[in-house]
Amino acid sequence: MNFPWLTTLIAVPLLGAALTALVPRGLELAAKRLALFIAVITAIIALVAAVAFVGEGQPEQFVEQYEWVGSLGVFYAVGANGVSLSLIVLTAVVTPIVLLAMWREAEAERRNPKPFFALVLLLEAMIIGTFAAQDVLLFYVLFEAMLVPMYFLIGLYGGPQRRYAAVKFLLYNLLGGLIMLAAVIGLYVQSVNAGQPSFLLADLVALEVPVDIQRWLFLGFMFAFAIKAPLWPFHTWLPDAAAESTPANAAYLSGVMDKVGTFGMIALVLPLFPDATREFAPVVVVLAVISIVYGALLAVGQTDMKRLIAYTSISHFGFIVLGIFALTSQGVAGSTLYMVNHGLSTVALFVIVGFLIVRRGSRLVADYGGVAQPAPILAGSLLFAGLSGLALPGLATFVSEFLVLVGTYSRYRAAGVVATVGIILAALYILLFYQRTMTGPAREATRDFPDLRRREILVVAPLVALLLAVGFFPKPLLDVIDDGVRPTLVEVGVSDPEPITPAAEGSE
Amino acid sequence: MTLASALVGQTTEETPSLAEGVFSSTWLLIALPLLGAAVLLLGGRRLNRIAPVLGCAAPVLAFVLAAVLFFSMVGRAPEERAISVPMYDFFTVGDYSVAVGLLLDQLSMAFALLITGVGSLIHIYSIGYMEHDENKQRFFGYLNLFVAAMLLLVLADDYLILYVGWEGVGLASYLLIGFWQHKDSAAVAAKKAFVVNRVGDFGMSLAVISMVVVFGSTAFAAVFPAAAGAPNDWLVAIGLLLLLGACGKSAQFPLQSWLLDAMEGPTPVSALIHAATMVTAGVYLIVRSAAIYNGNEIAQTAVVIVGTITLLMGAIIGCAKDDIKKALAGSTMSQIGYMMLAAGLGPAGYAFAIFHLLTHGFFKADLFLGAGSVMHGTNDEVDMRRYGALRVAMPITFLTFAAGYLAIIGIPPFAGFFSKDSIIEVAIASNFVAGFCALVGAGITAFYMTRVMLLTFLGEKRWAADAHPHESPLVMTIPLMILGGLSVVGGAALLYLGGGIVEWLEPVTGEEHVELGIPIWALTLITLAVVLVGVFIAWQIFGRQPVPVTQPRGSVVTVAARADLYGDAVNEAVFMRPGQYLTRSLVYVDNRGVDGAVVGTAAAVGRFSTRLRRWQTGFVRSYALSMLVGAAIVVVAMLVVRLP
Repeated sequence: MNFPWLTTLIAVPLLGAALTALVPRGLELAAKRLALFIAVITAIIALVAAVAFVGEGQPEQFVEQYEWVGSLGVFYAVGANGVSLSLIVLTAVVTPIVLLAMWREAEAERRNPKPFFALVLLLEAMIIGTFAAQDVLLFYVLFEAMLVPMYFLIGLYGGPQRRYAAVKFLLYNLLGGLIMLAAVIGLYVQSVNAGQPSFLLADLVALEVPVDIQRWLFLGFMFAFAIKAPLWPFHTWLPDAAAESTPANAAYLSGVMDKVGTFGMIALVLPLFPDATREFAPVVVVLAVISIVYGALLAVGQTDMKRLIAYTSISHFGFIVLGIFALTSQGVAGSTLYMVNHGLSTVALFVIVGFLIVRRGSRLVADYGGVAQPAPILAGSLLFAGLSGLALPGLATFVSEFLVLVGTYSRYRAAGVVATVGIILAALYILLFYQRTMTGPAREATRDFPDLRRREILVVAPLVALLLAVGFFPKPLLDVIDDGVRPTLVEVGVSDPEPITPAAEGSE
Repeated sequence: MTLASALVGQTTEETPSLAEGVFSSTWLLIALPLLGAAVLLLGGRRLNRIAPVLGCAAPVLAFVLAAVLFFSMVGRAPEERAISVPMYDFFTVGDYSVAVGLLLDQLSMAFALLITGVGSLIHIYSIGYMEHDENKQRFFGYLNLFVAAMLLLVLADDYLILYVGWEGVGLASYLLIGFWQHKDSAAVAAKKAFVVNRVGDFGMSLAVISMVVVFGSTAFAAVFPAAAGAPNDWLVAIGLLLLLGACGKSAQFPLQSWLLDAMEGPTPVSALIHAATMVTAGVYLIVRSAAIYNGNEIAQTAVVIVGTITLLMGAIIGCAKDDIKKALAGSTMSQIGYMMLAAGLGPAGYAFAIFHLLTHGFFKADLFLGAGSVMHGTNDEVDMRRYGALRVAMPITFLTFAAGYLAIIGIPPFAGFFSKDSIIEVAIASNFVAGFCALVGAGITAFYMTRVMLLTFLGEKRWAADAHPHESPLVMTIPLMILGGLSVVGGAALLYLGGGIVEWLEPVTGEEHVELGIPIWALTLITLAVVLVGVFIAWQIFGRQPVPVTQPRGSVVTVAARADLYGDAVNEAVFMRPGQYLTRSLVYVDNRGVDGAVVGTAAAVGRFSTRLRRWQTGFVRSYALSMLVGAAIVVVAMLVVRLP
């Protein structure tokens, strides 16, 4: 069966975005319903596609390729492996959740909710396209183009400093994008020199790029991805962007969109520049470890709830990058799973914080306290999301964090040990946050806090269910991811370190 | 004296047989309480009234199942008693696979009985104790969650799955310490417990990760046989890291500081989690990891040192506390110190560590529930200086508490006599310093427990005027009677019934006999003498003269012990304050420094844009401009590339 799954998954939200935008003024509710409907349909298609993918059993599937600019070797080429498939499914599943979380919030301060819903669908199409792209130029174009809807989402719907945050977001990412563009062109020149001009990822991977050129191209790509991911010290745009965005948008930004950066590292940087990757890996590992500890320490010190979660994300992105550049199957597979889990857990944290902000009208931790008494479901949800953020064993995030640490430790002992300190700091920033907002005697301002409404429970429930399901039964997802990761590591030319004293054969 | 650790134990390696018949339902042990927890927690407040019944059903059913499993296991030959219950594949990544499976052997069987048995009694007791609480569904839900997680911890056959249970009990402990979360003190204590435990988990994580690096697996069946051939440095590292994990969970030095604060939780929680079961998980971990520790002198010595320090520390703290629960908490630390000490002695001590763990489970649960009954009858008073002469008002509580008291100080034939004496014997034979400390500890134990007894039940009444002490209802006193009975006969029964606990555990822990320099009866007499001296001193101070209602100033040692021997002060000075300072400066630097450098440009553009906005509608145009520049570069670049 050659159903164009990926094109469908790009086209449906794209079309949905256009239709939503076309809904006439005055019918805002209809526009929201339409957008949500499209997002749910997309999620269902993605899940069906995932089942089809697993059923087929091949590591690379859903390949479609059409010539775009033939003379330049530009293609509309898409395809999926385990890594991209799991991120596509994450995107498709999270989008309706984010829309539902924004159901009322998008109308706050008498704003028109329609553009928000349309822009999120547009963004979804672009993000899925980026995950699916098998042509480096296509990847680049989408990678850059998605800045547009996000710029508007921050700038139109955010808090008082939204313009500043939107510009900062744009400048950082644009700068990264421009440098990456130079590297994309540089890479293309290599293919031209080889006599076979092409932007196709497969063609470019097959090139034998000299090491000194690989280094420059590696740096160009990594710069863009490190900003997007975000990796210390390129991280400072995220706390501002997240703090000034609406919570649902912050969720989408750090939960889904930023994954494009770490995905780019696995899908492009590793296979395209294997020699440079091996060479630079220790440097990246150091930056990642700094990110983990630095992000966590800053999260502990935050007074603004949204900034706090943004810094936890920086710490978590540190884990993701760490696992990727450990260059072991546990590391890379763990990082991929981490991307999915971090998406679920960060979205949960941001939307629940959003529910708090709607009720109290403040982003500051200090303005809350004792919420657990009047609103136990709200408090329980926040605690659950928080526990997934600190990677509690039994939840999905634990499996990924553990695999990243295993993968790292088997190659870089010191980095593995320092990164493990992150688990202590994670407990500190989450539980301090929970304690300060939810426990203690009820305050004047929180005494009559309404508990979660049905819509809000509907937003949180699927995230909770997924985090539990993957936490107790990660095998199906990890099998797919592992299949996707293996060829990449072969491409890089690394193999896992052997156990020192392997257990006897036949026993598991 | 030679270290027992120098002698490698003869742990017999047997492949566990596959589960069949009744054993294939072992998973229900975990599933039942887990289901209970799910129903209670998802059901919400509407279940408040029937929560006690639902909440008790799960552990009681699990206990019945555990009993059935136990008798089926007794019916098998000793070498066939270990049973493996595979469940499902957890994941495979690269060459590392984890399968979820259970290992029901003599060790985990003993734990399963303790957890479900004592657990059921405490659930039932809670029906009375928590009668007036508005959130009973939450309380019983958390308790069920705890039982499920604890059973997973002891039944798992892979370190990674064990770790899931390990953290599950930590979560349940966190939730239950903070059960009355509207109190700031409870919320802070809960957080502290979790964070300190995470420090232990740092060790635990690295230990498990190291196993993957060394053995390529975390399954018991793979790690244990291969351990003997592993490089010594790695074994030492893994042993020490596991010990760090054990220190966190079992409140051993230097991670002991959370346990005393944990008494903020409802008293049944203190009895179940912070006395009888969860805090003993560290001892379980070390005994279970015998293959790592046997012959591993450095790691074993570390275990012995930790155990010895903690047994003395806990006992000293227990002497100075006026809060009955905190005095008992100090005692718990101390008693677990004894178990650790025994576990550090290798195959000679493993069985005795578990033996004491079980008897301690009986008598400490008995003592805590007794304390809860006292509190229940005195308007939740915890200050022992406000008790006195309660033996008349609460005769059942008094008698059962007395049974626990005689058991813990080790008067024959009460339970603790057998188990603690065994530890002191083997400790003196293996490591004189540790053994001597254990002996001294027995004297201090006798002192502080006699003090608790005298202050609470004897002497003159010192209650507040509005207190009307009364005996607790039967639903609370029946569990007390059962636990009191176990405190009387449990030790002898475990030691002598059937082949006895040592022979029962031998296939798992191995056995080794160490020669004591003097006859055993002589040491028993010496120990008894030390205990009686402790009792006598306590009697001199607290029995013969009236007890002041307000706390006297006390000596330097008393003041230090009241302050938990300055554990918190050290943590604050070494970790908390520098940490806060570091965090604050980093926040400052991140806002000015790191950001400042990059944002300088952004700010300039921002200012420029602000000016631009005065004429135009927003940033859209400047953005469009950037895009245009980008697009132009693409076009130019493509042209350039096409040229040659």
